[in-house]
Amino acid sequence: MTEILSIEHLNVGLKKEPTRLLVKDSSFKLSAGKTTCIVGESGSGKSLTALTIMGLLSNQLVASGHVFFNGVDLTTLDNKAMRKIRGAQIGMIFQEPMTSLNPVLTVGFQIGEVLTAHKGLKGDGLKSKIATLLTQVGIPAERANSYPDELSGGQRQRVMVAMSIACEPALLIADEPTTALDVTVQAQILTLLDELKNRMKMAMLFITHDFGVVSDIADDVIVMFKGEIVEAGPKKQVLENPQHPYTKALLDCVPDVEGKKVLKPIDYAWLKTNEVSA
Amino acid sequence: MQDSIILEARHLVKQYKQRSGSFGFGQTTINALDDVSVALKKGSTLAVVGESGSGKSTLARCLLQLHPFDSGEVLFQGQSLAKLDSKALRQARKNLQMVFQDPFASLNPRMRVGDIVAEGLLVHSLGNANERLQKVQQMLERVGLHAEDVKKYPHQFSGGQRQRIGIARALVLEPEVVVCDEPVSALDVSVQAQILLLLKSLQKEMNLSYIFITHDLRVVRHVADEMVVMNKGKIVEQGDVNTIYQSPQQSYTRDLLKAIPGQK
Repeated sequence: MTEILSIEHLNVGLKKEPTRLLVKDSSFKLSAGKTTCIVGESGSGKSLTALTIMGLLSNQLVASGHVFFNGVDLTTLDNKAMRKIRGAQIGMIFQEPMTSLNPVLTVGFQIGEVLTAHKGLKGDGLKSKIATLLTQVGIPAERANSYPDELSGGQRQRVMVAMSIACEPALLIADEPTTALDVTVQAQILTLLDELKNRMKMAMLFITHDFGVVSDIADDVIVMFKGEIVEAGPKKQVLENPQHPYTKALLDCVPDVEGKKVLKPIDYAWLKTNEVSA
Repeated sequence: MQDSIILEARHLVKQYKQRSGSFGFGQTTINALDDVSVALKKGSTLAVVGESGSGKSTLARCLLQLHPFDSGEVLFQGQSLAKLDSKALRQARKNLQMVFQDPFASLNPRMRVGDIVAEGLLVHSLGNANERLQKVQQMLERVGLHAEDVKKYPHQFSGGQRQRIGIARALVLEPEVVVCDEPVSALDVSVQAQILLLLKSLQKEMNLSYIFITHDLRVVRHVADEMVVMNKGKIVEQGDVNTIYQSPQQSYTRDLLKAIPGQK
C-alpha cells in the first residue's frame, strides 16, 4: 500500500498561550485508495488537523511536528510552494457549499479557475474538461453556465467535489461535506465520493461527527478527544470492539435505527476522575 | 378514543406565492401545506419527518398559530383555535409552547437567563416577582442547570446548556403541548443524547405531549410513538413508528429509511 501522508507528532497551540495545545502529539498515516475518518465532538481538534495539513491555519495558531506528503515535509514549504500543492495534489471539500462558492461567478468558471491555475488549461480544452468533470459528478454539462444560487444544496456540493478532483489529487480532504445536506442527498454524495476515491486511487481524509457515515464510508477510523487521538484502527475494530473508554462512551450516545439501544450520555466527570487520556 | 387527542390539525392548507420569471413578473405558488391532517394523543410524541422544504416547520408554526394558514382548522382540546376570542387564545397559547433548533439564535443575548425564562410568566401575569423567581429557579434546576444561573447571560453557556434554557423557557408555563423544532440537530451526539433523555423524563413527569420535528430518522425511532412523513407539503405516510420502520408502505418512505447512514 502506498503511503500518501504521514503526520508525525503534530501539535497545534495558541501563539499567545503556547502551553495550551489544541492538538496534542497526533501521529497517523494515510494510504492511497483508503478512506480514513476522523471523528470527535466539537472542539476535539479534527478540523484543525485538516487545516494544518493544508497549511491554512489561522495566524493566531502555531503548529509544530511534521506533515510528510509524498515524502515532502509540508511544514517546511513556503506559501508559494504550498499553493502549488493545495488544490492540485491535495483537494478539499468543506461543509457549507454556499459559502465556499462565489455567488457572482458561474460554477463552470469556478471549476475552470483551478484548471487554469494548476494545469494552464485554456479555451476549448478547458471547456471540455469542465464538461467531463461535471458529468463525472452527476451534473449535466450545460449547467456550467449556472450560478451557485440556481443549484440545489446537493448540486452545489457536487460542484465542490468536481473542483476538488479537477487536478486528480493524491489526497482528498473532506471536512463534514454532508452535514448540511438531507439524508437522501447525503447518501448520494457519499456514494459519489467513494466511487471517485476508488477510481482515482486517492487517499481520503474524511472528517465527521456522524458514526453512521463512518460505518458507511471508512476503512480506518481515528477518534479524537480534547485534541488527542484516543483510538485509531480499522473501522470494524474501532466500532465493534472499542478499547478506549471515551470511544465506548461516544458510541453509547449514538441512536440506532432499530431504536433498541438505551442512550447513555458521556459522563465527563467519570472520564476525568479516572484520568482517562490517550 | 377521540377524547385523548389533545391537538389536532384538520385539512391545513398554506400556500406561499413567489415571484419568478424574468424580472419577477411571473408568479409561482408553492404548496407548503397541502391538505394536512394530524392528531397528537395526550402524553405521546408525534414525529414529523421530511427533507428540507417538505413543510414540516410550516406545519409546526401553523399548529402554534404563529403563522396564518389559508384554510383548515387547528383544534386544541377539541376546540377550534380560530373560534376563540383573544383572551381565550392567550390562555390556549400558554399550553402550546415551542423549543427551537438553534440555541444560539433563539435566546436574546442581552437578557439574563432568569428574565428569558420568566418572560412567559410575566406575559401571562402569573404570580408576583418572588414567586416567579422561585418558579424559574426550580425549572432551571429541573433541566439540569443551577438556581444561581438566573443572573447569567446566554453567552456564558455551552450549546447544550442553552438548549436546556430553551426547554426551561417552554416548560415553565406548564404547557400541555410542546413543539420541538429540530431541538437536537445543532448539537454534538453526546449532548444530543443528554437532551433527548431530558425531554423524555420531563414528558413522563409533566405528562407532556410532544410534536417532534426532525430530519434525523435515527432520533425519531428513539423518541416518537407515532410519525408523519412529509414530502412537498403533503403527508406521504403516517402511523405507528415501529410499524412504519418495519414495513414502510410508500416508496418515498422506503427511500428515506434506506438513506439513513450506517446500515451497510
